[in-house]
Amino acid sequence: MADEIILLDFWPSMFGMRVRLALAEKGLKYEYKEEDLRNKSPLLLEMNPVHKKIPVLIHNGKPICESLIIVQYIDEVWHDKSPLLPSDPYQRAQARFWADYVDKKLYELGRKIWSTKGEEQETAKKEFIECLKLLEGELGDKPYFGGEKIGFVDVALVTFSCWFHAYESFGNFSIEAECPKLIAWTKRCMEKESVSSSLEDPHKVHGFVMGMKKKLGIE
Amino acid sequence: MATSDVKLLGAWPSPFALRVHIALNIKSVDYECIEENLRAKSQLLLQSNPVHKKVPVLIHHDKPICESLAIVQYIDEAWSSAPSILPSDPYDRAVARFWAAYIDDKWFPWLNGVANAQGAEAKKAALDQVREGLVVLEEAFGKCSEGKDFFSGDRIGYVDIALGCFLGWVYVAEKRNDVKLLLEDKMPGLAAWANKFCEDGAVKDVMPDKDELLEFANMVLDARAKLNASSNN
Repeated sequence: MADEIILLDFWPSMFGMRVRLALAEKGLKYEYKEEDLRNKSPLLLEMNPVHKKIPVLIHNGKPICESLIIVQYIDEVWHDKSPLLPSDPYQRAQARFWADYVDKKLYELGRKIWSTKGEEQETAKKEFIECLKLLEGELGDKPYFGGEKIGFVDVALVTFSCWFHAYESFGNFSIEAECPKLIAWTKRCMEKESVSSSLEDPHKVHGFVMGMKKKLGIE
Repeated sequence: MATSDVKLLGAWPSPFALRVHIALNIKSVDYECIEENLRAKSQLLLQSNPVHKKVPVLIHHDKPICESLAIVQYIDEAWSSAPSILPSDPYDRAVARFWAAYIDDKWFPWLNGVANAQGAEAKKAALDQVREGLVVLEEAFGKCSEGKDFFSGDRIGYVDIALGCFLGWVYVAEKRNDVKLLLEDKMPGLAAWANKFCEDGAVKDVMPDKDELLEFANMVLDARAKLNASSNN
C-alpha cells in the first residue's frame, strides 16, 4: 500500500521549506496544502492542537510537528535514500547541536532585522552576521555541512537563504560582503534540484515581507 | 573502560546537567563528574563549549558534546545496548522529541518566568501559565504512558528525563510562592509519575536535595531581587 503523505505548510515559511527539501531529497510524493495563517484549517487545528503551527507532516493519517523533528522522522522512515543525519553518534550530536543553534538564533534575529529600526535593528544585524560567521567556521572547507553531500544542518540552514535578500534590503546591508563562504555554500546548494525546487524566490519573499510590514504598520 | 574516558561538566543545581546524569545512569556508564562554578567557568568548559559556554557538556574520548537533549540522544546511541532511552519506532521517537521540545521551548521558560515576574499580578499569571502547561503535559502523559508508570512505559525514558529534571525547581517555585503547581486533582497522572520518577534507581542518587535547592534558589533569587531594586532607585 502506498504511503499517504500530506504537508500542511505556508509558502514563505523557511520551516516549511525544510520539510519540502527533506521530502525532495528522499524523492517522495506528497500532497501540499497551503494554510491561510489568519484562518487556520480545521485539519491544522486537529493535527497540531498544541502549537497550531505549520509545518505539519501527516503520514498515513498520523501528524508529526516541528520542522526539525519532521526532518528527522523523514530521515528515519526513509533511511535507505539520501541519509541526512550521519551514522556516527558523535557526528549526529554535532549535527543536532548546529541545527539547534540555527533554530535558537536566526529566525528571531532575522525578524528583528526587517521589523525594527535604529539601535535594535543595528544590534540584530551585528548578531545575525556573527551567527553566520560562526556557521561559516563550522562549514570550514567542506562543500556542505554534511560533508560531501547535504545533511541535516544544510537542510536546517539553507531555507533561510531565500530570506537573505529581504533581510539585506530592509536591513540595508550585504550578507555576501561579510560572509562570502556562506553565500558560496548557498549557491552550491541551489545547484541541486531538491533545494532549488523547495526554496521560494527571494523576490517573492521580499514582497511578502513588504506586505507584512505594511500590515503591521512598520515603515 | 577508564572513568576519565567519560566526563560530565555540570553544576549541581542545573536541571539540564541532571538530564545527563540520569541518562548515563540508565546506561550504567562510569563517568567523572566535574562540578563547574558558573560564576568562574573553567578553561575546560570554555574550550569545550565555546558557542554557549554552558553546562552540561559531555566529554567522551576527549570529544565534547553540548546541549542536554543532544547529549542524551548521543548517550542512547553511543551506548546502544538496552535499556533504550528513546523508543525504537520512528513515529514514537517523533512524539517523544515533540514533547521534549515543548518542555524546553514553552514550559521551562514559563517556569523560569515565575522567578522573573514582578508584582503579585504578574506572579499569579506566570504561575497559572505553568499550571496550564502541566495540564497539557498531563494529557500527553495519559497518551504516551498508556496506563504505565512513565511517559516511556515501564521504564523512564526521554520525555521522563526531559521533564523530571525540573521537579526540584517546581518544588522551589511552589515553596517560594506558597502555591501548589503539581495539583493532584488536576494532574493525577503527573503527580503519581513525579513520585515514581524521583524514586527511580537512575534518578534518586543524582537528584539534588529539594531543600538544598530551595536554599540555593533563595540565595540567588533574593540577591537578584536586591540588585533589581537598587538599580531601580
